[in-house]
Amino acid sequence: MTALLQHPGYEDESLQRVAEQLPCREAQSAVLLSLMGQPQQYSYPSIFIYGHRASGKSHVMHVLLRELELPHATLSCVECVSGVLLFERVLLSLFGHEAAALLPRSASLSDFVRVYRQQCSLSPAEQTRFIVMEKAELLRDADANLLPALLRLQELVEDNVTVVLLSEIAWDKFRPNTGCFEPLLLHFPDYSKGELQQILSQDRHPSYSADFYSSYINILLGVFYSVCRDLRELRHLAALNFSKFCEPVAEGKVKETDTHKLWRNIEPHLKKAMQTVYLREVSSLQWEQMQQMEEKETGVVRGLSAHTHIELPYYSKFLLIAAYLASYNPARTDKRFFLKHHGKIKKTNFLKKNEKTSNHLLGPKPFPLDRLLAIFYSVVDNRVAPTASIFSQISSLVTLQLLAQVSHEDQLDAPKYKCAVSMDFICAISRTVNFDIVKYLYDFL
Amino acid sequence: MRELGLEDHFAEGCEGAENTAARFELCQQLWDKLKTDTEALQDELNRKVLDSLLDLTRKCSTTRQHSDWASKMRASEIPTAALVLGVNVPDHDMTFQSLSELLQQSVTPHVASVQAKECGTLKHLMKRVLERLTGTAVDDEEEEEEGAEQTSTPLHKSSHCSLSTLCDWYNAKARKSSTGTPGKKRSSPTKDEHQQPPVVIIFKDLEAFNPRVLQNFILICSLYIERLPLMFIFGIATSPSTIQHMLPHSVSSLLCIELFQSLSCTQHLATVIDKLILTPQFPFKLNGKVMQVLISIFLYHDFSVRNFIKGVQLALLEHFHSQPLSVLCCKKKQALLNVTQLGHLDLERVRQLPSFKRYVERQEHQEQVSLLTDDGHLKEVCQRLIKDLRKYHKNYYPVLRCLHTLTSSLPRYPLGKQIRELHLICLEKNVSENEDYQSAMKLLKMLAKDELITLLQRCADILQSVKSKKMRTAHVQLEELLAKFKQLDSVETAPVVEENITSPVRNLQKKTDLFQLQKTLLEMNESRRSKKLSPFEVLRNDALEFIDGLVKSHLCPPESQTLNEACYYSSSATVRRHLNAAPRTSIQAALRTPYYYIQNDSLKTEDGSVSNAAPDICIAYKLHLECGRLINLFDWLEAYATVVSAAEGNDPDSDDYGKVDEVKHSRSSARFIQAVSELEFLGFIKSTKQKTDHVARLTWGGC
Repeated sequence: MTALLQHPGYEDESLQRVAEQLPCREAQSAVLLSLMGQPQQYSYPSIFIYGHRASGKSHVMHVLLRELELPHATLSCVECVSGVLLFERVLLSLFGHEAAALLPRSASLSDFVRVYRQQCSLSPAEQTRFIVMEKAELLRDADANLLPALLRLQELVEDNVTVVLLSEIAWDKFRPNTGCFEPLLLHFPDYSKGELQQILSQDRHPSYSADFYSSYINILLGVFYSVCRDLRELRHLAALNFSKFCEPVAEGKVKETDTHKLWRNIEPHLKKAMQTVYLREVSSLQWEQMQQMEEKETGVVRGLSAHTHIELPYYSKFLLIAAYLASYNPARTDKRFFLKHHGKIKKTNFLKKNEKTSNHLLGPKPFPLDRLLAIFYSVVDNRVAPTASIFSQISSLVTLQLLAQVSHEDQLDAPKYKCAVSMDFICAISRTVNFDIVKYLYDFL
Repeated sequence: MRELGLEDHFAEGCEGAENTAARFELCQQLWDKLKTDTEALQDELNRKVLDSLLDLTRKCSTTRQHSDWASKMRASEIPTAALVLGVNVPDHDMTFQSLSELLQQSVTPHVASVQAKECGTLKHLMKRVLERLTGTAVDDEEEEEEGAEQTSTPLHKSSHCSLSTLCDWYNAKARKSSTGTPGKKRSSPTKDEHQQPPVVIIFKDLEAFNPRVLQNFILICSLYIERLPLMFIFGIATSPSTIQHMLPHSVSSLLCIELFQSLSCTQHLATVIDKLILTPQFPFKLNGKVMQVLISIFLYHDFSVRNFIKGVQLALLEHFHSQPLSVLCCKKKQALLNVTQLGHLDLERVRQLPSFKRYVERQEHQEQVSLLTDDGHLKEVCQRLIKDLRKYHKNYYPVLRCLHTLTSSLPRYPLGKQIRELHLICLEKNVSENEDYQSAMKLLKMLAKDELITLLQRCADILQSVKSKKMRTAHVQLEELLAKFKQLDSVETAPVVEENITSPVRNLQKKTDLFQLQKTLLEMNESRRSKKLSPFEVLRNDALEFIDGLVKSHLCPPESQTLNEACYYSSSATVRRHLNAAPRTSIQAALRTPYYYIQNDSLKTEDGSVSNAAPDICIAYKLHLECGRLINLFDWLEAYATVVSAAEGNDPDSDDYGKVDEVKHSRSSARFIQAVSELEFLGFIKSTKQKTDHVARLTWGGC
């Protein structure tokens, strides 16, 4: 297994350690090693690594740089809200505090290059310096010259430096209009089922044998592999359900080797966990408590999403109902719903071409405040004074994200809103105030 | 000039100036008591949820030390508590306040709470968090460089607000506390030396945060979780699913979320009313209408207990401000003392009270005279009346609770589900005359034996704790009744002879004649009525009569009590106007009756017309009310000019009126145009293209 990683210029021992820490990524690390060459050799100016989430991009880079003891700077682009922060980080980790302090406030790219050159003339590179940038896709939103400059940084600073960009997005989506230096592309493919098995089996529980844990992972993957291949999520699920799995063993009912019985024991729990996969809605603790509860009363799994009921003040409910009606009914039909003597209007005469599709399929439409209030006053059963608190309820509905303000916040005159709640939600709300909303919806006429 | 104190403001425009100081003091005392009581109550109510939150933080600080498998597997997740608090956002401040205090006292000194409105961007959020944790101002990019160097902050100059700064700070802090004086550590004795107190960040209003900012912040935090024991608390107003709406899976997978649900606000209000309003301890009372206003603001508008308390505060202040006799609204001893100190003017006010007048009418002639003339005698009577009022309150609340226990589980809740509804009914008028009360009593008669006994037992428990003579005798009576019920159990009920019923039923089966049927049915009815009641039924009727007697004698409305005006605040209109402002109504009031706001005597008019000396806009408004949907501007101007010129003393009938004064005319038309544009600004009219020289009216209804 370790035979793959052999490279001149590095000690065998550290290569050995690298290989141990990078299961199933031997090929990629070998490619990277050969790209990096020997420590003192110049490397390719920029390398772009992409692959799905949890495919080991950062991990491989970290392990390589750490174990081979190469000078490097690792930073996440999320954290570097401005270019200045980014420059500072790089200088800090490559040259220390003094160098970073040389940067002027609100430094530009040329300041960075100047300081870098100055520093590297003081301490010329004996080994290739690496700058690893995670979540590189955010660089696209930064200054236009930042990404092209980083790609050919080696040239700009005349130093043995390599920029490694890590991203979940392919390079095609990065290329600026003006053209730039093309980095070397390296793809990290997803792990296969066997590889996942191998990786997950590594973090075994210390008090159980490796085989036991591996068989557990096998069962887990059997259930979840069809819906979820994300290593991180699988690891979360493995941690979540393991205590349940080894319960019969701990109680002494079953031996570790009796896989069949263990499978029979864990299967229903895993099936339940399927319903909430990816949602992360229950913490492990609550999950365990819930499983204990279920043993007493075999109910359905209730996660965070089960608690959707919201208590609202009486008029807020009607405001929300009015907003829903305004969002999903065409304005022309208001007369038919809210006027007493509207006469009989057949739906067919009413339809325009584009209205034949259900409004619910098209999503909520914006409506002005006046219309909302007009509907509100006709929907609510008793007379309501147009008090300030009615208006403040509208804005608090906006902060609660039940309504969305469409027009700009600065527009005080005739603001526009959209209703942001689902049909189920509004039905539940109107049931609590004895309002039959379906009768007022144009789609269900 | 000396600053005006609170008291001076209170005295300003106060009714009955001679005892303002005493009233102000009483008002302050009552408000302080109310405030501390509500705070204590809220703490009590939140205790459970806060305690479990504290447990979570403690646990997450200890699990970091233990390197067991499960916690190692989860080391990369940020522990997060989702605290669902309900939509009454104004109330949350207090909860978070006590939460962060509790955290700081018992778990960790590092607590920062942030609000959405101060964190528009990631940088701001980061800055706020750092500032609140480190307690120092973080150097900003906009700051001058020299300034940053001069302030010898321990933070390195090159570090902007970023989490790595925080990490350094935290490590320095931890090192200091472990090497430094260990006795000074805030940690409780159970903790070991190398305890790492977690860094808690509270997001007060999760929904209002910009999702992008929050996502990025969490991503950054997760990069540091190995070095920094972070923990989040999300304050959620709606439902926990907002977390999923706001955070994509890539972000939420970095969190280990645990859910906490706080008490619902309606329950909260019920407790507040139960503990603070429905108690004789608190001398200040609200009458039915004011109570109704406050409760409907709560239920219809905001669900905020804090605002409810504010409403009570307003009523309290208004009461002491406007009612000179409110000096009597205090504890018994002091009230009796205050009675002796009443001046002649105050006693005259007592004589003017409607409740007192009614009282006087009930007295004999001799007594009436001395009540109306002899101040000393009046004082004595007042003392007695105040004692009576206190007794009334002492008996009212226990009986109210008893009645509520009995009726709150009846089908369809004839007297309301909540005790506050029953309280409102009782405040309004005599509850025993209420139809719903009669039907509730009928329903009570249909209760099964064991149900009735448990309800009565609960009533007895309520009465037991009351220290009042009448209630004590009532309790004894109720216990006797209960004992009798229990005796019924032991004595086997004698088999009731049902032959007199069965025979007509048998007859019924035989005969099919309509007339006969009717006759037998009537007979049956008769026989049932005359049927001898079973011992249980007799006892049940006794018990209900007893309850009915209690209700009739103790649950009469407060208006019937003499001197109730001293304790009850009754101006619901004031409360409504202050708490539930209606901007449009006030604009219309200002336009229709300018005297209302300007208070200029020349504007005073009768029958709703506007004086011609009123401001231009009022005149224009008044004239436009007479028009239809479209208003001819020229006609309007003519009418306006007529009114205004009349005001300036020009008699339209005089000779020289015909001469058009050019200057005056142009001035009045300028004023008119200004008034019209003001009306347009206020939203009463708008320009229209349907007709030239016309404007459209936007409101309906004329004069």
